[in-house]
Amino acid sequence: MTAKTAADSVRPAAEPADEAIRVVDLHKSFGNLEVLKGVSLTASKGDVVTLIGGSGSGKSTCLRCINFLENPTSGRIVIGGEEIAIRADGTPASRKQIERIRSRLGMVFQAFNLWTHRTLLENVTEVPIHVLGVPKDEAHDRAMALLERVGLAGKADTYPSFLSGGQQQRAAIARALAIDPSVMLFDEPTSALDPELVGEVLSVIRDLAAEGRTMLLVTHEMKFAREVSNHVIYLSEGRIEEEGPPEQVFGTPQSDRLKQFLKSVA
Amino acid sequence: MITLRSLLLPHRIAMMVVFAALVLWCAFTLRWDWIPKYAPLAAEGIWRTIWILAVTTVLGFLLAIPLGLAQAIGPWYLAAPARTFCTVIRGTPLLLQIWLLYYGLGSLFPQFPWIRESELWPYLRQAWPYAVLALTLSYAGYEGEVMRGAFAGVARGQIEAAEAFGMPRFTMFRRIWLPQAIQSALPTLGGETILQLKATPLVATIAIVESYAVASRVRQDTFIVYEPLLLLAVVYMVIAGILAFAFRKLEQRVPVKGH
Repeated sequence: MTAKTAADSVRPAAEPADEAIRVVDLHKSFGNLEVLKGVSLTASKGDVVTLIGGSGSGKSTCLRCINFLENPTSGRIVIGGEEIAIRADGTPASRKQIERIRSRLGMVFQAFNLWTHRTLLENVTEVPIHVLGVPKDEAHDRAMALLERVGLAGKADTYPSFLSGGQQQRAAIARALAIDPSVMLFDEPTSALDPELVGEVLSVIRDLAAEGRTMLLVTHEMKFAREVSNHVIYLSEGRIEEEGPPEQVFGTPQSDRLKQFLKSVA
Repeated sequence: MITLRSLLLPHRIAMMVVFAALVLWCAFTLRWDWIPKYAPLAAEGIWRTIWILAVTTVLGFLLAIPLGLAQAIGPWYLAAPARTFCTVIRGTPLLLQIWLLYYGLGSLFPQFPWIRESELWPYLRQAWPYAVLALTLSYAGYEGEVMRGAFAGVARGQIEAAEAFGMPRFTMFRRIWLPQAIQSALPTLGGETILQLKATPLVATIAIVESYAVASRVRQDTFIVYEPLLLLAVVYMVIAGILAFAFRKLEQRVPVKGH
């Protein structure tokens, strides 16, 4: 488990076998606005890495660059030892490669983004059947087991609009798990939820952390971040201001900005 | 929701009595003796109306998908012609379009020997290909505009979720984008299809014997004016009712909270 600044993370080609994600010197601009100014991070298998930071700090953008929902302006992204080939303009060079890599990353969105025209069960089986080519029966059984796991087996035939935000987000987690992802990416999974529904979603994520899933998590839930992460990165104005084990980042923050931030969210 | 109890309210009973009286009055005082003689022709005409409607709406809708897509996300060299097509179609009378195709193309084609000698000539000499083409293009023009809005209206997050899971572009279009666009356009498409039904009598002007043409024939032969038109109105209402019902069933396939 390491996460380093741009300068010292450019390592030789030999990859440690247990590396899940490596981001090197990631830059991203929207027009003239530079949102990410050189972010590097590494997550090994089984790590839970949490990105925290104020609004506009670039933490969501950083996560979305990893599966190219945003095209980085420059930088390297290596998933499971495979570097994503990028053209000069930041777009992925090979549609095939990016599709293959995306299908190993389980993304959970702030706004759930369950497909509204499909039942929960169909949402969970959609990618296994139509992208990964898993036989229908197998995908179906696995989806039912996953819905069971997130406590929604009874809602398998319900359409998303009939569910609470917490239920939708749990279903979205089941959908991401259905592809048996090498890394789960959580983009502020509880920010759109009513306060009383946050707990049920966090408890599902906590279980995943406990079973050793590799996860990259963007969140505003500081207590939760402290509890589940083994590495916390504090982003400020597109740069890593401070990072380390949660006890260190939350317990003995060094920089003034982080101290200020932790005070403001406490 | 219609229940037996709600049907037994006094004002409803009164209206039903009035309606029954009207039907009986029509049945006994108007002339219906022409029906047996013209029944086979009428059946043929109704069948032709349904057939023209079905073919032109299906083909028209298949055209509307690329027309809508080109306008929603296409590069300018696809978007501009698509927009022009929809504007022209929606900006000119359908009757004019039918006549332009039938009298224009229909009189242009015979001047080319290779067309006259082609396999298609026996069909191109008839009126129905021009009628089907005109109605298809018309439906495509209106529905292209509807689908443009429907494609653009699908929430960005729905597409993004498909992308995030590595769905190939065409799979994403087929499984997520298109079904959601159609679902949101269904109420409009249902109405437009009923409008299309009511536009079909225009093809009678190029000598196609559909429902309306049969009613005209009866009038010309027998000088009976009202009765065939009354029956025609009932026929269109029944078809429109079936269409409305079918579209409502389609809409309900994906239940939405609060509806």
